Amino acid sequence: MYDGGKILTGLILGVVLLTFPFWYNLGRAAKMPEPELTAKAKQAKYCVEPKSYMKAYHMDLLNKWRDEVVRGGSRIYVGFKAKEYDMSLQNTCLKCHENKKKFCDECHNFADVKPYCWECHLEPKEAKGEK
Amino acid sequence: MSFNFSFYFALFTVVGLIAVVLIGVGAHLQFLFGVVIPYLAVLIFFVGLLYRVVKWARSPVPFRIPTTCGQQKSLPWIKYNKLESPFTNFWAAVRVALEVLCFRSLFRNTKVVLTKGGPKLSYFSDKWLWLGAIVFHYSFLVVLLRHLRFFTQPVPSFVQLLEKVDGFFEIGVPGLFVSGVVLFVAVTYLLLRRITIPQLRYISLPADYFPLFTIMAIAFTGILMRYFFKVDIVAVKKLTLSLVTFHPEVPEGIGGLFYVHIFLVSVLFAYFPFSKLMHMAGVFLSPTRNLPNNSRAARHINPWNPVVKVHTYEEYEDEFREKMKAAGIPVEKE
Repeated sequence: MYDGGKILTGLILGVVLLTFPFWYNLGRAAKMPEPELTAKAKQAKYCVEPKSYMKAYHMDLLNKWRDEVVRGGSRIYVGFKAKEYDMSLQNTCLKCHENKKKFCDECHNFADVKPYCWECHLEPKEAKGEK
Repeated sequence: MSFNFSFYFALFTVVGLIAVVLIGVGAHLQFLFGVVIPYLAVLIFFVGLLYRVVKWARSPVPFRIPTTCGQQKSLPWIKYNKLESPFTNFWAAVRVALEVLCFRSLFRNTKVVLTKGGPKLSYFSDKWLWLGAIVFHYSFLVVLLRHLRFFTQPVPSFVQLLEKVDGFFEIGVPGLFVSGVVLFVAVTYLLLRRITIPQLRYISLPADYFPLFTIMAIAFTGILMRYFFKVDIVAVKKLTLSLVTFHPEVPEGIGGLFYVHIFLVSVLFAYFPFSKLMHMAGVFLSPTRNLPNNSRAARHINPWNPVVKVHTYEEYEDEFREKMKAAGIPVEKE
C-alpha cells in the first residue's frame, strides 16, 4: 500500500464512526418499555379508539382534540363503538391513565419523545416532583 | 444510453423493489426484510467499502497531480498560495477538509452560455449545483444522525440536541423535523436539474438516477411514516435496537411502510460499494486533492520504474585513470 499508514488510520476512524450504534450499545441492556394499564383502564377494554390505532395515532388524536376544543369550542368526540367522550386530556385521558410515569413515560422515554403536553397541563399527582 | 432508458430503468427498478417488499410483507416475510436483508446489506457495505479503499490504496501514485489554482511555492521572494497550491501535508489536509465540509470545487462551477445575436461564448458562475449539493448532503447527515434514536438506548445527548434544533418550529404533532423536508426538496431539485439541463441529461445513466430515486423514496416513506400513516414507533425501535445488539426479533404489528423504508435503506447500503456513492470514501483518496504540490522540492520516484544500472563519473575515472593520465586528460583524483 502506498501511504498505507494514513489511509489505514482514516479507514479505521471511518469504520469506527460508522459502526457507532453497534459498539455504543455494548454492555448496556436496554430496558424495554412496559407500559402499565391501571385497573380502570383494563376494565374499559378499549380506549376512545381501538388499541392499535391509539398506539400509533394517539398524538394525532390529542392534537385534533386540542384544536377542536381550543379553537372550535366543541367538546364532544364520538369514538369507537359510537361512544361519546368529553375531549379533555385532564378529565378523560387521565381519568383512566392516571399513571403517567408508568404509562406515558415508559414508551416516550424509550423512543426519545418529549411531548409538550405538560407545559400547559398539570401533571397527574403521582408523577409530580419526579422528572 | 438514451434518456428514456436511463430514467425509466432506474425508476422502475425502485418501483419494482417497493413492490417486492410489499408482496413480501403480505406473505409474512417480515423476518427476511426486517432482519436478514438489513444484516446482509450492512455486511456488503462494510466489506465492499474496505475492499475498494484498500484496492485504491494499493495503486501507486507515481506523480504529483494536484489540481491547483494558486501560485506554487518556488523562490522565497515569490508569494505562494498555501491553500490553493498546498506545499505541505498539513495544507493539503486542510484543502481536503474544506472540500469535504464546504464542497469548494462545486463552488467553482460555471455555466457556458452562447450569447444570442453573435458567436460569443460567455462563462457565468453557477452556484445552484453547490447549493443543492450542500443542502442535500447536510440535511441527509442530520437525518441520518437523528435516526440514532432508533439504534441507541439511552439516546446520546447530541442526538437529543439535534432533535431539538431540527424540531425548532414545533409545527404539528409529532413535531416537524425540518431536515427531512429539506432533504426531500433538495434531492428533488438535484433530480430535476439532471432532467432539465440538456447536457446533463445527455450524460446521465441509470446509475445516476437510481440513487436519486432510492433516496427520494426513502425520504418520502420516512415522511409518510412520521406524519401521515403512522407506525407503532415503539415496536420499530424494538426491532432496530435488536438489530444493533445482535438479538434480532421482529415485533408484531409494524406497518408495511416501515418495511419499504428499511428495505430501500438496505438496498442503498448494499448498492453503495458498487456505485458512485463511493465518493464518500473516494473524496479522501483523490490524488488531485490530497497531494501536496511539492514536485520542485522533493523527488518522487515512480515505484514501477526498473532499476537502472548507472555508471558514475567516479567509477569511470577509476576505470580509465591511468589511460587518461597517459593521454594528458585532467583527472579529479590523482
